Formats: sequence, C-alpha cells, structure tokens
Amino acid sequence: MSDAILRRVRPEQFREFILLFVTVGLLLFFASQIPNYFDPRSVNRLTTGLAITLVVAVGQVLVVLTRNIDLSVSSMVGLTAYVVGTILTRVEGMHPLVAAALAMAIGLALGAINGLIVAYGKVPAIIATLGTLALYRVVLVEFSGAKTVTTADLPDWLNDVPSATLASAGGYDLRLMVGIALLVAILGQLTLRYLPFGRRLYAIGSNPEAARTAGLPVQRDVFTAFALSGTLSGLAGFMFLVRFGNITVTAAQGLELQVVAAVVVGGVNIFGGSGSMVGALLGVLMIETLQQSLLRWAGISEFVKDAILGLLILVAVTADTIILGRLREMWVRVRRRDHARAQVAIADEGGVAHGA
Amino acid sequence: MAREILRRLRSWEGLLLVVLLVILAYNITRVPNFLTIGNQVNLFQLGIEKAIVVLIMTFVIISGEIDLSVASMMGLSAAVAAAVFEAGAPMPVAILVALGVGAGFGLLNGYFVAVVGLSSLAVTLAGYVGFRGLARLLVQDRSVGGFPEWFTNLGQRGLVGPLTLSILIFAVLAVIASVVLHRSGLGRLTYVIGNSAQVARYSGVSVARTKMIIFTMSGLISALAGVLMAARLGAVRASTAEGFELDIITVVLLGGVSIFGGVGSMIGVLLSTYLVLNLRNGLIIAGITGNTQTGIIGLLLILSVLVPNLAGRVQDRLRRRQVDPSMRAPPSGAAEPTRSQAAPG
Repeated sequence: MSDAILRRVRPEQFREFILLFVTVGLLLFFASQIPNYFDPRSVNRLTTGLAITLVVAVGQVLVVLTRNIDLSVSSMVGLTAYVVGTILTRVEGMHPLVAAALAMAIGLALGAINGLIVAYGKVPAIIATLGTLALYRVVLVEFSGAKTVTTADLPDWLNDVPSATLASAGGYDLRLMVGIALLVAILGQLTLRYLPFGRRLYAIGSNPEAARTAGLPVQRDVFTAFALSGTLSGLAGFMFLVRFGNITVTAAQGLELQVVAAVVVGGVNIFGGSGSMVGALLGVLMIETLQQSLLRWAGISEFVKDAILGLLILVAVTADTIILGRLREMWVRVRRRDHARAQVAIADEGGVAHGA
Repeated sequence: MAREILRRLRSWEGLLLVVLLVILAYNITRVPNFLTIGNQVNLFQLGIEKAIVVLIMTFVIISGEIDLSVASMMGLSAAVAAAVFEAGAPMPVAILVALGVGAGFGLLNGYFVAVVGLSSLAVTLAGYVGFRGLARLLVQDRSVGGFPEWFTNLGQRGLVGPLTLSILIFAVLAVIASVVLHRSGLGRLTYVIGNSAQVARYSGVSVARTKMIIFTMSGLISALAGVLMAARLGAVRASTAEGFELDIITVVLLGGVSIFGGVGSMIGVLLSTYLVLNLRNGLIIAGITGNTQTGIIGLLLILSVLVPNLAGRVQDRLRRRQVDPSMRAPPSGAAEPTRSQAAPG
C-alpha cells in the first residue's frame, strides 16, 4: 500500500471500496452460474426485494452508530403493516399519503417508547429492544385476534403501487418503492455527513463518556436515533403492506436479524462510532443478492442459504477488524511522519529567516 | 462500592423471592396438589432444556459477553444427532458426535471473541444464523424420528423415581455451576474479567483462555440440551428450540446478572429460573397462550432493569436533598453532575 493513497483516503473509505468490489464479484460469479442473470425481470425482482430491508437498515445505522442496537424493528414493521392494513379495510377513501403518514406516526410512537426506555430509563438497548421485540409482537397478536389482512379487502390503489415505476430503460425499471428506499438512504447519508445531529451520533458512539463531558445532548440524540429508527420501520411497514397485501400476525418476523446482519456486513461497527449509509446499502445489496441468487442456483440446495449467511457475517466482521486495524495503523504512521516532516520544515524555515 | 453492590444484590434476590411466593401462591390456590412431586416434575420438564442452558449463560454474561447462538446450537446438535443416527450409526455415537460439534463450534466462537477480539454480539449472531442454517442443511424440512426406545424413554420417563434424566442433569449442573462460580478460581476470574477485561489483563489473568473455556462450555452444554430435547420430543426438526435465546437471556438478567458483566449470583439465577417456570404455568392456568407469555416475559425483562434504575435515581435525589437543602432544582440529567453545564465550550 503506497503512502500516496493513504494520504488521500481514510481507512474507512477503503471499506466501502472493498465491499463494492466483493459485491460486484459476487454478482459476476452468480451471472456466470445462472443463465439470464441480468435480464430485466430478475434485476427488478432483486431491487424490489431490497427496498424494505434498506429503509429499516438506514434507521438501524443511526442507532448502531450511537453504540446501541434496535432489535425490535421487525415487530414494529409487522405491527404497523397490520394496523394500517386494518384501518384501510375499514375506512374508505383514505389517501395513500395519509396512510403512509399514519404508518410513520405509529412507527414514531413505538420507536419513541424504545428511546425513552434506553436514553432516559438507562436500560441497555439490547435488553430494552429484546423486550419490545416480544412486546410489540404480542400487541399485534392481541390486536388482530389471529385474523389476517387480505389483499381483497384493501383498496385498489394498493395493488398498483408495487408496480408503479418512476423511470424505465429497456425493461429495467426504477420502481417507486426502490426510489423511496434510495431517497431515504441518501437523506440518511447526508444527515450523517453534514448535519450536526449526524456528526454527534459518531461522537456519541466513539466515546459516550467524552461526548457527555463535552456537553453534547447524548440522551436527546440517542432518543432521536431510536425514534427515527421507529419512524423508518413504520415506513417500511407501509411498504410491506403495499408489497405483500396479505398480512398475518407473523409479518416480517426475523427481519431484525437480516437488518443487523446487513448493517454489520456493511461495515458499521457494532461498538458504534464508525460506519455509513453507503456501507449499509452495500451490505443490504450483498445479502439480498446472496439470498435470491442461492435460491436460483441449480447446483446448490436452498437449505444452504442461512449457513452461508452466517459464514458471511463472520468473515465480514473478522476481515473488517483485521484489515481495518492494519490500515488504521499504517494511516496513523504516514500521518505522523508527514506531520514530523512538516514540523522540521517549519523549524528549518524559521532558522533560515533568523540566519538572514 | 462493593457494599453498595452487595446491598442491592441482596435486596434484588429478596424481591425475586417475594414475587416468586406470590406467583407460587396463585398457582397453589388454582391447581389442586400443585406442590406434589408429580406436578413439579411436569413444571420443570416443560422448560428443562432452557434451564440447563441458563446455567452456562450466567457465566457468559457475567464475563461481560453474550452468546446469541445457544438456541441455534441446540437445534444443530439435535439435527446432527438425528442425521448421524439416520446414516446408520448407533445412537450413543450420534450423541457423542452432536456433543463434539457443540464443543467444537463453542471453541470457534470463543476463538473469534477472545483471540481475534471481535464483539461477541457479532460473532454469535453469525452463529445464530449459521448454526440454524447447518441444521436446515442436515434435516431440511423433514421431521426425523424413530429413535431407539431407550433414548426417548430417557427424555420422557423418570429415571430415579419420577425424576427424568434432564432434571437430574440440571440438578447436578446447577450444583457444579454454583460451586465453580462462587468457590473456584475460574469463577473469580469470570467476575474479574466481567468487571474490567483490561484490569484483568494487566493483572496477569489469562482473559483469552478463560473466555475460550466459557464459550466452549456454552457450546457443549447447549448441544447437550439439544440432545435432551430430541429425546423428550422424540422427533427433530430444523426449527427445534427456535427463539429460545430470548427466554434464556431473560431468565439470566431477571436473576440480577448485569448485562455489562461482573455482577450476579447463581442463587438469583436459580430463583428466577423457578420464577419464570411458575409464571408460565400460572399464565397457562389463566388461559394466556404462548406468544403473549413471551411478551409478558419481555415486559418483565425491561422492568427488571428499569425499576431499579428509577428507584436508584429517586433515592439519589432524596439523598442529595438531605445533604444539601439549598440545591433546589436537580439537574435535568438527574444522575449527571452539574459541572458539565459550567464547562465553557
């Protein structure tokens, strides 16, 4: 690794390069194994499949950056999808945007409960959200009375939304849902990059104690991160309802681990303080690619999917820790050397000036 | 500090005992002959595999780590035993292979956590997904049964009087776990590491070795619990023991073990094990079903941390008022010192 590169690029940015590289490699590998891999239909299916996970993952990144975790997302997605679905079957003529806003409001309320318990009740996030993961699911079960929301009862516009397309080129569509998910990811990245709130999330996750001492509103920001994670889960719940139509009490069960896996594979540090939406996007893309491709790959049993996913998480975390640790050391060394050289140069200049 | 922790610990176990007695009283009044041995055996049999894994999870959490992969390991070991048996090997061999797989993967977990230095949350999350995946690979979507009669009898019938093998194993392991945790070097090391791995390392404690032992045992005991479950149910599916990790971790934390490590006792954990068994039984009597039960236990989990936190804060505030009556408005962050406000940017 040459010094020149290290002067320009931070170690964390390498991570995204490597991820991109691996994802592209994975796509090319499957393309060589599966016939018609890049035909419009399968590409459209892949992109539609990752929309819901991506929206939830963006919220999860906000939380994980602060050295917390939100395991309750799947129950929030399921609960919102069910409640909004039920309301839509009973109230006629509700505008789609109103329904989406309602979903996000429900998600916000659920996320705020998580935030209150974690930030102000000082309950460790893993305990609090393991608890609400079970609790929100129970609320759903009790609320539903074990009934199912069915597509037939839902208004007609719901059936049109999944195939609604923003732009199309040669059969490759940019579906509305995918557009929304990408917009959420971009907004998330901009927030992390440029807004004070986003910068504070990194500071809090890197060292909560120092952030508190420096006067950052740690409790408020952690609360907000959980509230946003809930809101985005609500939005994802709406997308879930739109995409599947039939909502049972087990809707979205197990999504939380897929999301956490995607975030971890995407290089967001589970100890907080480092990671980006770009990484999360690549993580979601990689896991979705793997899952859908393994199902279509003739040479392999569909049952191997989870075993490979587990291995992938382990490899990603290990590689991230080892490679990034190495890179960081090198980066610090180069920086130090440059700094020392600059000092010498300044001293030399000073000496010359005095001498003259 | 130490006295403070001890005081809270003692009162926590006292609280557990009171709650346990209330639930027990409910069960006794609602079920005739509730306290007979037959009924108690039935009570334990319903959750005996979880109770066994709870014992080792206590060590894992006190050492400051977490193992999310235990339930998947139970499923995997049951699947391995079933697959090896199906392939024509005698049952004892199948059991040994399953236990070996458990210890091996436990060691692997421990290696990545202790030697490579990864977060146990991430490593065992990979195990959670991966072990279940391997179980699926082995038994696919079938249900494997037809085990020898002695094997299923061991799981279902009393071995010593009405006591089943699982209950006997639990009893023996509970005694061993209590002695090891509270009376042995390994137990002391577990607490020291959980309090501060860094301090432990500087004091010359082999942190990596201790953690690897704990994770290996976690894999081995989870595998044992998986085999016992296969014997009790008489059939193995890929989804065996799915979702058990929530219950297991809840019982440990409810027992007063701190998720941050370093604090907890086996007595507390055993009390909470019995409490949760009784609670589930009571909920069944009250006509509350599986999913809702899990929700109630989830709520209990949150409250078990939230209530002491809030109580501590109220106590702090009262004490501060006594010490310094001039301080009218406590700072908004309650426990936070006021000096952070005085510090200029």
